[in-house]
Amino acid sequence: MPDYETHEHDVLIIGAGGAGLRAAIEASAAGVRVGMICKSLLGKAHTVMAEGGIAAALANVDDRDNWKVHFSDTMRGGQYVNNWRMAELHAKEAPDRVRELEKWGAVFDRTPDGRILQRNFGGHRYPRLAHVGDRTGLELIRTLQDHGVHQGIDVYMEHTVVTLLKDGERVSGALAYERERGRFKVFKAKAVVLATGGLGRAFKITSNSWEGTGDGVGLGYDAGAELIDMEFVQFHPTGMVWPPSVVGILVTEGVRGEGGILTNKEGKRFMFDSIPDNYKSQTADNAAEGWRYCQGDKNARRPPELLTRDHVARCIVREIKEGRGSPHGGVFLDIAWIKEHIKDSAEHIQRKLPSMYHQFKQLADIDITKEPMEVGPTTHYAMGGIRVDPDSQMSNVPGLFAAGECAAGINGANRLGGNSLSDIIVFGKRAGEYAAKFAKENGAGQASEGQIEAAVSRALEPFERGAGKGGAEGPYQVQSDLQEMMQDLVGIVRNGEEMERALEGLGKLWERADKCAVHGHREYNPGWHTAIDLRNLLTCSEAITRSAIVRKESRGAHFREDCENKEAAFANVNTVVSKASDGTMQVRLEPIPAMPDHLKQIIEEMK
Amino acid sequence: MKTSTATFSIRRGNADGGKFEDYTTEISEGMVVLDAVHRIQATQANDLACRWNCKAGKCGSCSAEINGVPRLMCMTRLNSLPLDKPVTIEPMKTFPLVKDLVTDVSWNFRVKKKIKPFKPRPPDAPDGTWRMAQEDIDRVQEFRKCIECFLCQDVCHVLREHHKHEEFIGPRFLVYAAALEMHPLDTEDRLEDLKKADGIGYCNITKCCTKVCPEDITITDNAIIPLKERVVDRYYDPVKRLLRRFRSKP
Repeated sequence: MPDYETHEHDVLIIGAGGAGLRAAIEASAAGVRVGMICKSLLGKAHTVMAEGGIAAALANVDDRDNWKVHFSDTMRGGQYVNNWRMAELHAKEAPDRVRELEKWGAVFDRTPDGRILQRNFGGHRYPRLAHVGDRTGLELIRTLQDHGVHQGIDVYMEHTVVTLLKDGERVSGALAYERERGRFKVFKAKAVVLATGGLGRAFKITSNSWEGTGDGVGLGYDAGAELIDMEFVQFHPTGMVWPPSVVGILVTEGVRGEGGILTNKEGKRFMFDSIPDNYKSQTADNAAEGWRYCQGDKNARRPPELLTRDHVARCIVREIKEGRGSPHGGVFLDIAWIKEHIKDSAEHIQRKLPSMYHQFKQLADIDITKEPMEVGPTTHYAMGGIRVDPDSQMSNVPGLFAAGECAAGINGANRLGGNSLSDIIVFGKRAGEYAAKFAKENGAGQASEGQIEAAVSRALEPFERGAGKGGAEGPYQVQSDLQEMMQDLVGIVRNGEEMERALEGLGKLWERADKCAVHGHREYNPGWHTAIDLRNLLTCSEAITRSAIVRKESRGAHFREDCENKEAAFANVNTVVSKASDGTMQVRLEPIPAMPDHLKQIIEEMK
Repeated sequence: MKTSTATFSIRRGNADGGKFEDYTTEISEGMVVLDAVHRIQATQANDLACRWNCKAGKCGSCSAEINGVPRLMCMTRLNSLPLDKPVTIEPMKTFPLVKDLVTDVSWNFRVKKKIKPFKPRPPDAPDGTWRMAQEDIDRVQEFRKCIECFLCQDVCHVLREHHKHEEFIGPRFLVYAAALEMHPLDTEDRLEDLKKADGIGYCNITKCCTKVCPEDITITDNAIIPLKERVVDRYYDPVKRLLRRFRSKP
């Protein structure tokens, strides 16, 4: 029998970024015993990388803003395949969740009359993002962390979950190992919340850290949870492109919100030439108006650089492909130009965008107050993920909840910047609340020894192969080949033929992953961790590819050069991925439930 | 692109023992120390342990001592180091070693939990919100930039050489306490704790912490010294002392 410790909780939260922390705080407030597992140290989760702000219709800067505008902006950005109920709840509840952060000690930038300041962002009609310079994510996670540690939550740092445990249909806990010593632990729980964040590491160029391996999606799928919208992967238009070691690191959209412009090597602001029809009425057609918008002129329309991310990313790709890119294969993002309008522009930029200033100065020897940055698209965010009930965040597996990036629905085909920080606190809270409720209403399930033993021995297989003779390959090479392939064949511009090739490639990569070996012992062994994470990455990659093949159109972040237009046949459907009884991955199209009239009316009014 | 090689002397092993091992790897333009560690990990030493997350100086995970200086590996460019001799990379010395470059920093989390949490005054407006002027929060925002890399704790001689972990909370948590004490909405009183349990008196203002802070927080001048002044004002001001004596006698 394998050797492991057992811990019991009512609610187990997997992931300790914004969504996990918020869920833990809420569940704990409901009076149940909460355990929270984090892959890294507490407070290091990818939420710290969120820069620009939290979208919430507080209407502190523009009193025309309200939840209805935010709702319709989110739906328009998502090309109307969003879960409309989630978009509605999100827009309605985000302001309260932001004010709550202030109650817990967050210190947002202020308006002249002392309220929370809000900034412009792509796809948001009014200045809507509450922020702290360009380090809003750090503020959010630190606030939740410092509040959370006093709420009686048991935190297990540097643990990785290997599998979810089930009792019949329902979830009953998780098996994890502790990274420091490599010991296995069984966590029994009445309800489990997945809050594991993104899957960007499936691609070569990404803004995601090593943790973004799609663990929640992989674990949930293996436990029988359905996934939706997996074809929609957001490529953020502005990642660093030089030097090579920092390729993909995020450059906040806040740069453009503060007036930054995109130009090609001819010095031309190419976004003016590519404003889609459904945004024409809201978008400035000249530089002067765009600047006035960034300065808070309520009568000005937003500059085309602040169009949605999917669109801006594709325009950048076009400029590069057609030979108008910058020396290192990107385009120019220029904030220094605002010196034409602002006297102390250098000081202003450093105050508004301190971490961008710092990042470029230290990593690329570039002073962004004086010269333009070079940027290009980077894999940033998964709109798809675990399918959840919009109100409770429960998946189709009883007792299994999901919140934040690993859950899906709110963003549709494309997420607006700023909507993820609000997503994680709105739906993190809901997941915690309903998971606690589920735990109170349902007794503990059982986790069979057989299940645990099988999972432990499977997790240890790479060591056995490493101990054997012969030169079995390590997990790093498999991971890096996967990233390379996904980038090339299922990236920003896709086509059916390449994706079929990717599917074949994935079959071979699965085989290699099943044979890869690790050396050394279980104590803090990154090779072993990579071998385990790899399976989740492969599940995510397969789901992305299969879904993208099925959606034979271009919509939002999903762009196919073999069918470049939006198709009516796909306007009201989601792709749904599930595991068949024979273990194979199945994809089907499912109609989106009809939107109620009061929401339809809002969208009509805001057109 | 220009490529060449460089040698990195990395401390391998755990608390029971270990030694420096040299790894020579290819380097290219713009690389940082963490890139070199990753390359070595992927090609020569799959089990080399190090912490990292964001690789952009925002999460504070990859703290180490590079050529003897506490720094973030992800923000240390190779072209800022002499590469004609091996670059030494060691774990932080103030904390117990787990393995290779990973140390047990759990003490920091325990210390933080002991500091009294934020306690706001009642809301200023009927809708439950507060009003604060930007100039009143600039200082607090400086402290809240902290990414908890614990390099300031690592370099602080009170912890590093004198091991006063039980009596002194270290620069990181003096900054944390300062952020709370100077928060315009906060009503909690932490001065007695700072004087006694937190051991603020141990700091003798050598400013080593300020020098290593990757976020450029003016730890000593803006956080520790003002807190020391507040403690002194309350507990050592002769007039107040006299008043306290009278007050304590009914």
